[in-house]
Amino acid sequence: MERKIRVLVAKPGLDGHDRGAKVVARALRDAGMEVIYTGLRQTPEQIVQAAIQEDVDVVAMSILSGAHNHLFPRVTALLAEKGASDVLVVGGGVIPEDDIPFLKEKGVAAVFGPGTPTGTTIDFIKANVKRL
Amino acid sequence: MSDREDLERAVKAWEAGVEKSTAKHPERKASFETGSGARVERLYTPLDAAEGGYAENIGLPGEYPYTRGVQSTMYRGRLWTMRQYAGFGTAEESNARYKYLLAQGQTGLSIAFDLPTQIGYDSDHPLAAGEVGKVGVAVDSLADMEVLFSGIPLDKVSTSMTINAPAAVLLAMYVAVAEKQGVSPKSLEGTIQNDILKEYVARGTYIFPPAPSMRLITDVFAYCASDVPNWNTISISGYHIREAGSTASQEVAFTLADGIAYVEAAVKAGLAVDDFGPRLSFFFNAHNDLFEEAAKFRAARRLWARVMRERFGAKNPKSLMLRFHTQTGGSTLTAQQSDNNVARVTLQALAAVLGGTQSLHTNSRDEALALPTEASVRIALRTQQVIAYESGAAETVDPLAGSYYVESLTDRIEAEAVAYMKRIDELGGAVKAIEEGYVQREIQDAAYAYQKQVESGERVVVGLNKFQAEEGRPTGLLRVDPSVGERQSAALAELRARRDASRVKAALRGVDAAARGSANLMPPILEAVRAYATLGEICDAMRAVFGEYRPSAIF
Repeated sequence: MERKIRVLVAKPGLDGHDRGAKVVARALRDAGMEVIYTGLRQTPEQIVQAAIQEDVDVVAMSILSGAHNHLFPRVTALLAEKGASDVLVVGGGVIPEDDIPFLKEKGVAAVFGPGTPTGTTIDFIKANVKRL
Repeated sequence: MSDREDLERAVKAWEAGVEKSTAKHPERKASFETGSGARVERLYTPLDAAEGGYAENIGLPGEYPYTRGVQSTMYRGRLWTMRQYAGFGTAEESNARYKYLLAQGQTGLSIAFDLPTQIGYDSDHPLAAGEVGKVGVAVDSLADMEVLFSGIPLDKVSTSMTINAPAAVLLAMYVAVAEKQGVSPKSLEGTIQNDILKEYVARGTYIFPPAPSMRLITDVFAYCASDVPNWNTISISGYHIREAGSTASQEVAFTLADGIAYVEAAVKAGLAVDDFGPRLSFFFNAHNDLFEEAAKFRAARRLWARVMRERFGAKNPKSLMLRFHTQTGGSTLTAQQSDNNVARVTLQALAAVLGGTQSLHTNSRDEALALPTEASVRIALRTQQVIAYESGAAETVDPLAGSYYVESLTDRIEAEAVAYMKRIDELGGAVKAIEEGYVQREIQDAAYAYQKQVESGERVVVGLNKFQAEEGRPTGLLRVDPSVGERQSAALAELRARRDASRVKAALRGVDAAARGSANLMPPILEAVRAYATLGEICDAMRAVFGEYRPSAIF
């Protein structure tokens, strides 16, 4: 039997809005994935450490404070440093479209903005996860 | 035969006739629901009125139980305060925005601080990287606060500050700025949010664990009662609870349960309920269901009056009055066809006015995309002005009273909130219920249920899951200058070099000593602020004694 996709849902930075992160976490779990939620206020270092310890296939980050251009690339860079660049990294939150090309260039595979159905995120993860 | 029996018979006969016709021509849906998912009947009549009469449940404006409003003339006397939450970048930039808003006819200020400020970190702290000036203005010390209010006379405006864990420090800074302007703290008007419990539940900017946090809050109550008597010492907030996904009834229940916890803590600290009760204020959300939302405010007002009188024995009418600020619902805004948000905000703002709000923030149409531009903020403020001057809603007191539907909604929301509050009492009160994750789970369940309804199409969101349109990429969004962090850090280094280091050191020792003991923390915090100790330094002094809150991550 195929093993379950393991996802770390993470809240980088100081932003406290986690309604979206928690809804996505539940939806991924309901879609049959194993989900770990970091809780609030995680540094990129903490997120990468958790990703490696938990041996996840996907890191899904949510941020609404505007610090994404600083924090997302730190996470992808640290994952690469630890030899884990095959972990699929996706992001969501209030992220202006103009910032998305930069984030993709830095290794964020997809960015899901406000109003994205959870099914879109689930399908993307299933289609693009590299580690299985 | 009584009138009631006649009416019962007439309604029954009418229902039978309607059922016959709907058997052939069904209604649009099998069942109808409010925005919060409560069942809505086809018709409301006098038969739906709760037990007890008009005097007991509704009463007159400015009189117990305040269902119809806290003032006798409401907006005929004075309109609500139009107060747009704003702040970004440096103190200079935000100061310019405030002056712009005041020039546009706004009547009070509402300060948004950036996340490092809200969590008690200076702008040069490693965890502040990328966050400085992003969601609000960066304030590191009294020096920033002086710039923030430069040219704004503090005896002429009322200022609301969305600051919670470090509220005591920011209040001290505001008092210190007033002193420098020659304004007596006794004449200051405004509000600090100072509501830590909803931070644990829904907003996330906590620093210290519950016990010392509650002590800081009651220290502020005591200090303000003697020194800043016209200040609202707390804004007990349902706004963020609702944004996190709660229903309208949960918003009322969890907010008032938090309120009960604060009153209990203050009474336990030796304060008399009528000394601090009049300065408690509240903050609610307004979502799209016009009638349910207006009813929610009326229910909250009635329930708080009953709690204060029956549970705490408050005698001063001002202690019984639930005064509140409203903000329209950020989570209801769509990124898709974002101009439609103007219509949503109008409905929400109207609900707040029909519900008797004391002050109001209207969200801007572009806030699902970024911080609002000046043009968007102007439309949002103009929306309030149209309601105030053109809609007619402000011309009489509590215009929806007596609507069979709205009174029934008011009764239902109160009853549902009472049931939740009883459950929270059984769990040992709001602090315990939050520590055990009960409140968070209830909110998360509601949020997830809502999301599933939107995704199934059962709940229509115009432009999102129905009436979609192809759109170009949104343009002209506000961008915060990314160099704010560097500028703030440079200014901090300069401040640290120029201030009297020995005075700072002594003042921080004073904060440490007060934190270890039981004396009121406000006087030593005020001295530290006057000495230009930074927010981070003052909070670190308290962190060293109080420790930090570590939540469990549940979803």
